[in-house]
Amino acid sequence: MYFSFSLLGDAIVSGLLLGGFYAGVTIGVSISFGMLDIVNIAHPAFIILGSYCAYVANSVFGVDPIVASLMLSPLFYLLGAGIYQVYHVSFERRGDGGLRGLAFFFGLLFITEVLLVLVFGVDYRLVRAVYIGPSLHFGAIELPLRLLVPCLASLAMIGGLQLFLSRTFLGRAILAVAQDAGALRLMAADPVRIKRIAFALSIATASVGGAILIVIQPVEPSLGREYIGRVFAIAVLGGLGSFGGTVVAAMVLGIMESLTATFYGPSWSPAVAFGFLLLALAVKPAGMFGR
Amino acid sequence: MRGFPFFLVCLAVAAAVFLAARLTNNGYVFFAGYVVLQYVVMAVGWNILGGYTGYVNFGTAGFFALGAYCTVALEKLVPLPLPVVMLAGGVVSGALGLGMGYLTLRLRGAFFSIATLAMAVVAQTFMVNWPFVGGSAGAFVIRPETAEYFGIDYIRYLFLLMLGLCVIVIAVARLIERSRLGDGFAAIRDDELAAEASGVPTLRLKLFATALSGMFLGMAGAPLPFYVTYLDPPSAFSLAYAVNTIAMPLIGGTASWPGPLIGAVLIATLQQVATVTISSAVNLLIVGLVLVGFVIAAPRGIIGWFGLDRRARAHPRRLAVGRT
Repeated sequence: MYFSFSLLGDAIVSGLLLGGFYAGVTIGVSISFGMLDIVNIAHPAFIILGSYCAYVANSVFGVDPIVASLMLSPLFYLLGAGIYQVYHVSFERRGDGGLRGLAFFFGLLFITEVLLVLVFGVDYRLVRAVYIGPSLHFGAIELPLRLLVPCLASLAMIGGLQLFLSRTFLGRAILAVAQDAGALRLMAADPVRIKRIAFALSIATASVGGAILIVIQPVEPSLGREYIGRVFAIAVLGGLGSFGGTVVAAMVLGIMESLTATFYGPSWSPAVAFGFLLLALAVKPAGMFGR
Repeated sequence: MRGFPFFLVCLAVAAAVFLAARLTNNGYVFFAGYVVLQYVVMAVGWNILGGYTGYVNFGTAGFFALGAYCTVALEKLVPLPLPVVMLAGGVVSGALGLGMGYLTLRLRGAFFSIATLAMAVVAQTFMVNWPFVGGSAGAFVIRPETAEYFGIDYIRYLFLLMLGLCVIVIAVARLIERSRLGDGFAAIRDDELAAEASGVPTLRLKLFATALSGMFLGMAGAPLPFYVTYLDPPSAFSLAYAVNTIAMPLIGGTASWPGPLIGAVLIATLQQVATVTISSAVNLLIVGLVLVGFVIAAPRGIIGWFGLDRRARAHPRRLAVGRT
């Protein structure tokens, strides 16, 4: 184990940037699991789907992956609305969201992964963009653009969502349905419709999440599994449904992973996220800030 | 002893299966049959936790692979007879289940499911970084030509062992269903809060179910190194094990032991045929689609069609009037 302060500084900076990116892939789960109580463990698979969409747009049409993902997000929104409709009719309405609902999403995760394997094979895919490669330098600190741009894109998306939730009627209705669906019905708003919109939004974020993922690292279909632990660890630690908490938890995890990778070797970093999650569940299941 | 006649019937059926497999005089029947039997053990074992108490374990592959790696480690330390090794794998996986359960079972069900998935990845990371059992390069295990005491072909020996494990797991599952323990499990599944309030020791029962279920998953994995002769983390921890093990009970029906048994025999046989005739990626896709189709359209599974789960579904009433 080699230690130096410049290595430590670099690890912390890249951990922060990585954390910003993690927040972007987690925000969908913060909405679906945190607010709507839908345990969408297939979310990472949809993120990988988003990566492949960005990959196709980039390699065939030469579009910037992040721009492409924004253009594609309405399609993901529709996909999310469709999935919620099936989920609602088959499980939520029957009051059977537990075992079978979980198995449903697990099945979706698996189907998405196998379909991607069948279409694209198991090779790693990557994208081309001007910001992959160069770095910004501030004194001794180096900011690689391929981490900085996804981090900023993700934080911008989260900021936009936060504004939407706190400023618009629909957004406030989503926050309300998270607290008390029955009361929302008394206010003459249809909780099912609101939940459908919220869930569809959560899937739409997977489009952008996927694009920033493929900017940061090459993607193959089963990569999503590594993100299941990360994403749920962050969502739980962030206090389920709190966007600010999600960002902070994501950055804490990013720094921890980056330090582990720098000082112990990258083969240990998947265990960090999951160990973090297990510890979080055992010690403080309400998250770092509680709810 | 209650359940003993049933145990004898199971043994007789198992003997008939073994003889029938011998009569075909085809080595491949044993080779493919082993996988089917392995899935029977996994599905029925998974169902003890998943079906009876309603807690979904996504970490099947972790328990299974741990059993397999236990064999690899023991093989390098002290060569023991395989049944003893299987027992050791079961104990290790059962202990893991107990620890996991202790950490997460006090929380809502979904947390337990996510944590099991996380556990599988942590376990995989440890195996990748542990050179003694092969690390990321994998480990080779030499399969003997014939079994030490029985003098039969080793694949047949593995088949026989797995068949015996099937008998044990089915007998245990049935015993649980018909005991107070099963009533307690069903009470947890139906309404955990009400069960706790009525004096059912929910945490203790859940821990017991997790440990027992984990033990059977580990025991099913223990002979794997001898079957495949080469074990590396990605194949031992394959998500396919988790999906299959969840799909089989849900397709067959989770309420009672015939459900996972039927589901496992059906799906595993189908997969063995499809792997040979089509491709392994496509057959996994089929399993995923069938799983989603069944949870949406047939929530009680195949045994629900025939009303075989009537007894299990009558549990709430049985609880109210005490033991019948």
